[in-house]
Amino acid sequence: MNAPQPTTATMTQQRPAPANGDFTTALKDAGLATLVTFGLSIPILSFRTDQSQANELYLRPRWGLVLVACALVFALRFVLRLYGVRWAAARQVARSRKEAIRTTTEKPRGLAHRLLALAVPVFLGVALAFPLLSYFAAGGLTESRYWVDLGILILTYVMLGWGLNIVVGLAGLLDLGYVAFYAVGAYSYALLSTTFGLSFWICLPVAGILAAFWGILLGFPVLRLRGDYLAIVTLAFGEIIRLVLINWVELTNGGAGITSIPRVSFFGVPFTNEEGGFASLFGLEFSPMHRVIFLYYLILGLALLTNFVTLRLRRLPVGRAWEALREDEIACRSLGINTRNTKLTAFALGAMFGGIAGSFFAVRQGFVSPESFNFLESATILAIVVLGGMGSQVGVAVAAVLMVGGPEMLRNLGFLKAVFGEGFDPNEYRLLLFGLAMVAMMVWRPRGLISHREPSVALGVRKAISGALVKEGHG
Amino acid sequence: MSLSDVTMSPAGGAAAARSSALLSVRGVKTYYGNIIALKGVDLDVHEGEIVTLIGANGAGKSTLMMTIFGNPRAREGTITYAGRDITRLPTHEIARLNMAQSPEGRRIFPRMTVFENLQMGAAVNGFAHFDEDLERVCKMFPRLKERLQQRGGTLSGGEQQMLAIARALMSRPRLLLLDEPSLGLAPLIVRQIFSVIRELNEKDGMTIFLVEQNAYHALKLAHRAYVMVTGTITMSGTGRELLENPQVQAAYLEGGRH
Ligand SMILES: Nc1ncnc2c1ncn2[C@@H]1O[C@H](COP(=O)(O)OP(=O)(O)O)[C@@H](O)[C@H]1O
Ligand SMILES: [Mg+2]
Repeated sequence: MNAPQPTTATMTQQRPAPANGDFTTALKDAGLATLVTFGLSIPILSFRTDQSQANELYLRPRWGLVLVACALVFALRFVLRLYGVRWAAARQVARSRKEAIRTTTEKPRGLAHRLLALAVPVFLGVALAFPLLSYFAAGGLTESRYWVDLGILILTYVMLGWGLNIVVGLAGLLDLGYVAFYAVGAYSYALLSTTFGLSFWICLPVAGILAAFWGILLGFPVLRLRGDYLAIVTLAFGEIIRLVLINWVELTNGGAGITSIPRVSFFGVPFTNEEGGFASLFGLEFSPMHRVIFLYYLILGLALLTNFVTLRLRRLPVGRAWEALREDEIACRSLGINTRNTKLTAFALGAMFGGIAGSFFAVRQGFVSPESFNFLESATILAIVVLGGMGSQVGVAVAAVLMVGGPEMLRNLGFLKAVFGEGFDPNEYRLLLFGLAMVAMMVWRPRGLISHREPSVALGVRKAISGALVKEGHG
Repeated sequence: MSLSDVTMSPAGGAAAARSSALLSVRGVKTYYGNIIALKGVDLDVHEGEIVTLIGANGAGKSTLMMTIFGNPRAREGTITYAGRDITRLPTHEIARLNMAQSPEGRRIFPRMTVFENLQMGAAVNGFAHFDEDLERVCKMFPRLKERLQQRGGTLSGGEQQMLAIARALMSRPRLLLLDEPSLGLAPLIVRQIFSVIRELNEKDGMTIFLVEQNAYHALKLAHRAYVMVTGTITMSGTGRELLENPQVQAAYLEGGRH
């Protein structure tokens, strides 16, 4: 019934006793790993193509780097092999003991739990104060531009992650073409504003509605699909949208994209260095940073809106139905849930937030082209959701910071040059590191960074919630 | 097995005459692709009855239960519930007609808490009597009460079965369908679950259609019973009659008195 309560005696018997043989096996194992590393580094690390003065490509050998890598692998593997096994066994004991306690005493409030509760206000505080922080850190408004831009980029992905989380994390529908809705939103704003001169504030909800419409359009044919099949069709959908954008030249201007998209205004007041512009209206000295900071708070607001709507819906029957759908579709139907409508609302809502994020993207860049909406974007957003822990809002935010901010940080790791030589550019290795991070995740946190699912209703507030649920329809 | 001479439908004479048929299945044929699973089934469940369906593995009992719920759909025949033809209705609409099931394999929501599972059961009638019903099922299954905030997937088999039944009860069904509630459970828990079924029927007057392999308990409990062999009903009668029938004894009760 409950988790087995391991006695210390049985667990210690399972622990492998350290023996003399350990040392030689570890040595052998490390040698093997080094050999593999060496083999792999021949095509990857050992040569670098450079351009000579005469513009010819030539190979520059980098055997030093290979040596460093091999030595590192050998040492790591050796140490892990020698101590890792015992360490893992010891941890296993500790963990199962902890679980036994948890299920018997039913005390879910662990340290991780409390940290999680603390994470939300901290995140929010940092996000709100971020432009100010970067102003002081960088020592000036113009100097802080890099950081605020990075913040905008991260928040865009946070919003996209939260939007996709509705579809993938809550409703359990694997969507590999989410970028299509991002594109629909971006092009909606780009086209509406350049051809009809509509303002951003009108286009924003329109873009959301259009994207939601496309979400439903995608939803209908895939209603009966699940898992892998659904993934393939959504993948194709994403590609179709991109190809249409490239090939429908009359409307979209094809691969060249749409340029000179109107910039964002402060609710009608333009950010220009003129009389009646934002700076003069508020008696400030003109700076292009005003617009950037406004964009930052705009995307922060939009992301928080996405989060707020998701959290609210999770408490309502429709949100609960999404989660139930993810767990067991047949059971849902026999409990009276209209699974078709439930899926379509998930698709539509997820798409809507994608579309809104898309039109934000367009207004920020002032330029859109099909290039920006390739499969890698979908993959990145999906990776954020999966790394975040499929359904955890905080997890998605953390994952977005790591996935988008992490590679950016690589640029600044200048000290690595001292280790690996002057020609070393850490940025070249971002995909490699990305892969490593994925593997590490699979090994240590296979269910995502924050796999804990907070029950959407706690018992203490049962009365209030059940009252709130009464008026809502289901499915 | 040949068609038995104890076939006496509608059995229980007087009892059947008193009550109207709440659920009636007529000539239902169900296929999985080209393979026929139900070869024309006739069956009645009257208001206030416990009717049980027994049969060996793969006889088609679960298929019949799911066909009543519209998934898979009957290719031929009609299913009438409360005077209404539900043969072509989608599953979720059938569920909204005050019919609930505890399906084969329980199908609880493993990542959701017990409490949330119960909420899902009450969604169909708009949470009209949620608090009251929650209290009722907690009294019925004290084990669940202790575990309201535990995830469904971490419950033991017996507790999951209790949860599946409790979840079905949360909608206050007029007709409750139970598919092998005793499967894989310890005798003590089996007895407990059967006593809950009896209580639901006697105290609340709930109509219950019970699919079972545990023939002895089911036949003792049921007012009427049917025996299914490879997609056809071969016998029917009162629970007592089938319990005493030598063919039934040989096929389903051999050493089965646990
Ligand atoms: N989803 C399915 N697809 C194909 N055949 C099925 C499916 N479900 C059940 N069957 C077949 O239908 C027959 C009846 O199965 P079932 O109704 O589950 O039997 P029971 O519940 O009486 O053990 C079996 O032969 C089984 O193999
Ligand atoms: Mg069965």
